[in-house]
Amino acid sequence: MADATQNVTLTVNGKTITAAKGTLLIEACKQNGIEIPAFCYYPGLSLQGACRMCLVEIEKMPKMQTACTTPVAEGMVVQTETEKVVQARKSTLEILLANHPLDCPVCDAGGECELQDMTYKYGAGESKFIDIKSHRDEQQWSPVIFYDRPRCILCYRCVRVCGEGMDVWALGIQNRGQGSVIAPNQGGKLDCEDCGECIDICPVGALTSSTYRYKTRPWEMTHTGTVCAHCADGCITTVGVRRSDTGSEIVRCDNRDRSGLNDDFLCGKGRFAFDFASSKERVTTPLIKRDGKFVAATWAEAVELVAARFKKAGASLGVIGSNHTTNEENYLLQKFARTVLRTNHIDHHRTADYPSFARAIASSKAQTASLKDVAAASAVLLIGGNPSEEHPFLAWQLRTAVRQHRQKIYVVNAAPIKLKKQAAHFLQVTSGKEGEFAAAFSGDAAALAHLGVDTARFDPFTAALASESSLLVVFGSELRGAGIDKLVATFAPKGAKFLCLGDYANSRGAADMGLFPDLLPGYQKAENSGLALPQMLDAAAAGTFEALWVVGANPAARHADVNAFAKPFLVVQDMFLTETAQHADVFLPASFAYEKAGTVTNTAGDLQRLKKASDVHGVKPDFEIILRIAEKMGADINALVPFRGYTSADAGQSRGPQSGEADRNAVFTEARGLEAKTSPLDPTITLEEIAQTVPGYAVSRLKLLAGEAQPTTLVQIDPAGIASHSELIVPARNGLYASGTLGGYSETLRAMGATHRAAEPVGAD
Amino acid sequence: MKFSDQLEARFAGMITHYPARRSLLVPFLLYSQDEYGYVTDEVIAELSRRLEITELDIRNVISYYSMLRTKPAGRFNVQVCTNICCLLRGGEEMLAHAREKLGVQVNKGITPDGMFSVEEVECIGACSWAPAMQVNYTFHENLTPEKIDKILDDYRSEAAHK
Repeated sequence: MADATQNVTLTVNGKTITAAKGTLLIEACKQNGIEIPAFCYYPGLSLQGACRMCLVEIEKMPKMQTACTTPVAEGMVVQTETEKVVQARKSTLEILLANHPLDCPVCDAGGECELQDMTYKYGAGESKFIDIKSHRDEQQWSPVIFYDRPRCILCYRCVRVCGEGMDVWALGIQNRGQGSVIAPNQGGKLDCEDCGECIDICPVGALTSSTYRYKTRPWEMTHTGTVCAHCADGCITTVGVRRSDTGSEIVRCDNRDRSGLNDDFLCGKGRFAFDFASSKERVTTPLIKRDGKFVAATWAEAVELVAARFKKAGASLGVIGSNHTTNEENYLLQKFARTVLRTNHIDHHRTADYPSFARAIASSKAQTASLKDVAAASAVLLIGGNPSEEHPFLAWQLRTAVRQHRQKIYVVNAAPIKLKKQAAHFLQVTSGKEGEFAAAFSGDAAALAHLGVDTARFDPFTAALASESSLLVVFGSELRGAGIDKLVATFAPKGAKFLCLGDYANSRGAADMGLFPDLLPGYQKAENSGLALPQMLDAAAAGTFEALWVVGANPAARHADVNAFAKPFLVVQDMFLTETAQHADVFLPASFAYEKAGTVTNTAGDLQRLKKASDVHGVKPDFEIILRIAEKMGADINALVPFRGYTSADAGQSRGPQSGEADRNAVFTEARGLEAKTSPLDPTITLEEIAQTVPGYAVSRLKLLAGEAQPTTLVQIDPAGIASHSELIVPARNGLYASGTLGGYSETLRAMGATHRAAEPVGAD
Repeated sequence: MKFSDQLEARFAGMITHYPARRSLLVPFLLYSQDEYGYVTDEVIAELSRRLEITELDIRNVISYYSMLRTKPAGRFNVQVCTNICCLLRGGEEMLAHAREKLGVQVNKGITPDGMFSVEEVECIGACSWAPAMQVNYTFHENLTPEKIDKILDDYRSEAAHK
C-alpha cells in the first residue's frame, strides 16, 4: 500500500521522479507520464506477474524486473526503453502470438485489443515458430458469455475480477504451461451472476458476449456515455449504437472509459439487458382504442383526443408518474397536473420512504451521503436491503473497500445476505423489525426484544459499532417513517452520513420532483392533498374518475382490480403494451432513458446527466408528449417551460446598480452554447427551474454538463408538514435478473435468469 | 461424505500441521487417490467443504499435477519414464513395448479387464538404473523388453492368486 506521508525519489530513464513510498514502479511511472506496457497488471486487483510485458532494467539488479510487482525504492535507477527491454517485450509478444489465431479481422476486440496495440507498437510480425497453432473450438459458457481459447493470453484478469472483485469465484485456470486454459466452475458451463466483468476486462477477444459478438466493429458504432436505465445506483454506461432500419440499434453497453461513479463496473443488467429497446413487442406508433381494439393513429390524432378528454375531465383526473423518467419530465408532469389540469391526484410507485428520510435528515441537519462516499468510508452500517442482488454497484464498492482499505461493514439484516461474508459484524434480526435497531442501540429493551437478538450477540455488535469514529449508514426500504427518524436521530449526532436505498433508476428523482399528492417538488407541503395511488385506483374503479393518465408505469401489475383501468378514460405512455397499457384508450409510445436528454437522481441523491444515445422512429420522449398535450389543451407553454428566456425572472436586474442589464448567467451560458433556450423541448430549461425551486438541486452546472455526478442534499428542505405514508411503500425487490417492465421485455435478461439462480419475480414499473 | 477410518484419521492428524487449511490439499489428494484409485467427485466436494475453497480451485490444482487423476487407473498403473537418462537408454522403446504388450495405445489408457494402465511419465528419480518404470509404488529398473514381459506376467498371476 502506498504511504502518502513518505516520498521516495528515483530515476527513470534519466528523469528524477518522486512517488509515495510503497507505490509500484509501474504506477509511479504512469503518474509521471512514462508508460510501461502490461497485460496481467490491473489497478485494484491483486498482483499476478504472469505476462512479463512490464520487465524493466533496474541498476544493480542482475536480471530484468517486473515493474508491476516492484515497489519504488530510494535511489532506484530504472531504464524502461533500452534495447534489452524492447527486445524482451518483443519476445514476449512473439510467444503470446505463437498460438494466437490472429483472426483480428473477425475478432470482436479487433481495433480495441491490447495485444494488437502492443504488437503494433513493439512489432513481432515475424515469428520463428513454424509449429501448427493449437486450436480449440469456441465454447458458450452461459447465455451471454463465450470463451475462445486460442485468443486467450492467460493474463488471469478475468479470474481475479470474478473472484476478488465480484466475490463469485467462478473462473479458474486448469492444466499448466502452454496447455493452460481458463475454466468455468461447472465443467464447461458457468454458474455465476453473468455480470460480464470478465468480458470487459479481457485485454483480447478471448471472452466475448452473446449480445455483441460478430455483430459490428468497434469503429462502426457511435458511443455515448449516459446513465444506466436499470437500478437506482446510477452507473454510467457507454452505449454503443449503430444505424439500423428502425433508426438506431444499441449493440453494446460498457464503461471501459471508466467515466462516472462506477469506474469500470457494470452489472449484468447494465451490460446486457438493453435488447428491450429493439424488442419486437415495442410499440412505435400511437394507438387509439376503437371498438375494443387498438388502431394505429397519428400523433396529431392521438394528442388531440387526449387533450379533449383531459379538458372534459377537469380535476376528475388521476396522474401516475414513473420512477424511470427524467427529473425534468417528472417536474413538468406535476407542474402540468397542478397548474393546468388543476389536480393534486398525482403519485408514483414508491419503493423507498424518501419523504420520511427528507424529513428526518432535514430536522437533524445531518448529512446525506453520495454514492462516492461509500468507497472511502472507514465503517458502514448496513440495515436491511440486499445490495448484492438489488444494488450491485453499491455491493461492489463495499467489497472493494473491504479488500483495499479494510473498511468495516456492520450488517443488520433479517437474512444472511451475501455481504455477510465481507461484514466485520453481522446481526440477524427478526424480519420486519429492522427499523427498531436504532432504538435498541440506544438502550430500548422493548425494541431489543422485538429484534429477537439476545444480548450475548447484540452487545459485542453494538460495542464495536459504537467505537467507530466515522460511520456511513445505509438502509433499505425495510426502514420507513419513525424507523428512519429514530435511525437518523441516533447516529446523526455522531456525524454519520446516510444513504437510503430505493429501487428504480429515478425513484429518488420522482420523489424529489414531487410526484406525490401531498408534496410539491422539494418535499414542500401541498395546500390540498390529492389521492394517493391506491386511493386513486379505488376511485377510478368506483367510476369517480373521468380519466387516468399513466406515464411510464405499470400499476396494473400490482393492482388486481381491472376496473380501475377499464372504467376511466385511460391514457398510457410507455414502450410496451403492459398489463396497464392493455386497458388504455390511447397509447402513446415513449422513448426510454437512452433515447433522451435530461437528468436522473440515483438513490443516494447524485444528480447525473442523461445523454441521448440512440433513437427509434415514431416514439417521443415523455417531456415532448406532455408538452404536446398541454399545447393542444391551450396551456401557456412558456409558463410551463420558460424557453424564450422572456419571463420576468430572466429579463435581468430590475433594481440596484445593475438595473437594466441582462441576466448575466444567461449571457454567460448562452455565449458558450450551453443552453440555447430556443425550444420548449430543451429540458435544460426545466433543469434550471428545478435548480431554483428544489432545495439541494442548485449544483454545479458546468460539472454536471462535464459528466460528473453532482450530489444533491436534502438538508435544506423544510421538514414541516412531511407526513409518513409507510403503507404506500412497495419495494420492487428487483434482483440481478429483473428490472420491472424493462427487464420483462429483455430476452437476454430472461435467458440469464433462467439458467442461473431463480430470478426474483418481475415487479411492476 | 465420510472417508474411511484410516483416511479420516490421517485427515485429523494432517489438518493440525498446516497454518492455512488449504495447504493440506495436495498431500491429501494423493492419499485419497491411493484409497479410492482416483480423486472422486465426492472427495472433491467434501474437501471443498472442509477446506473452504471452491471445487473449481481443487479441480484447477488436480489438472496442474499429472500424478493426480480424476478417472480410474488400472489395478496396476505402469508408469514408464521417458526423461533424458531413460530416453538415452531406451525408455521410449520400453514404453512402446509395454503399450504393445498390453494393447493400450493411448496415454493413461486401461486394459479392457481393468488390470493395467500405461502412462508415460516424467523423471521418477531412478536415473542411475535407467530405463526405469514404476508400477503403483514399486520401482523396476534396468529394463529390457523381456524383463517387462516377466514383470507384467508376474503382476497378472499375482492378481489371479488373490
